Amino acid sequence: MSLGDSSTELGKVRGLGSAREGGEHWIGERVSSIALLLLGVWLIASLLMLPALDHGTVREWLRTPLGAVPMALFVITAFYHGLDGMKVVVDDYVHEPGNNFALNTLLLFLAVGGAGFALFALAKIAFGGAA
Amino acid sequence: MAEQRARPLSPHLGVWRWGPGMAASIFHRVSGGALTLAGLAALTWWLLALAKGGDAYDDFVAIASTWVGIVVLVGLTWAFFQHLLSGIRHLVMDTGENFELRANKNGAILTFVGAVLLTAVLWFYILGVAK
Repeated sequence: MSLGDSSTELGKVRGLGSAREGGEHWIGERVSSIALLLLGVWLIASLLMLPALDHGTVREWLRTPLGAVPMALFVITAFYHGLDGMKVVVDDYVHEPGNNFALNTLLLFLAVGGAGFALFALAKIAFGGAA
Repeated sequence: MAEQRARPLSPHLGVWRWGPGMAASIFHRVSGGALTLAGLAALTWWLLALAKGGDAYDDFVAIASTWVGIVVLVGLTWAFFQHLLSGIRHLVMDTGENFELRANKNGAILTFVGAVLLTAVLWFYILGVAK
């Protein structure tokens, strides 16, 4: 049995359960939460340890591998985990299938779009010429 | 798909009172939603401003430094610590631990005390350094 195949035998036979699936989603939410625990503490500690938060200092920091790589991982994991969590809330409170699909799709587009813009900005900072 | 039978519903949806456990649950969702919707928007905005250049970054800092901006940032800091601490509590409970009533209640209370404390310490430090 894979990690994600977590519904009970009886549950599978009846095809029940609030979302008909969910093991992968549940595990993914936990794994990303552990990653965010580390990356979030890293982000706050890094910002506190910078000598200043002006444009030049922050830019220089995000041009180093130890600044840019964890920040990229933070952006990806945070959008992933945020989308995961919002899906749980939507599935809990929006029961009408059409509205549920529409809201989950909207959140998916917002998350992927937001992550895209954040990563583009980060790439521009990391790989762009010196300001 | 199997025959859909009426699923059992929670019988106590209208009968509840505030307690540390349910408050921790509610605030986990509220803080998670705030972090996803407002926090990730602010993060993306910050990175885009950083990528765009010094003037755009100064505009971001100017808006973030208004009292509305600081209230939002303090709120997001609190949401971050609240979600982090009650997230850790959830990870512990996922292992089947900490379900004894008294310990569970104390754990929930601890997330609120910890989050407020960490937020206060961090912002006293930030505002102290800024002066």
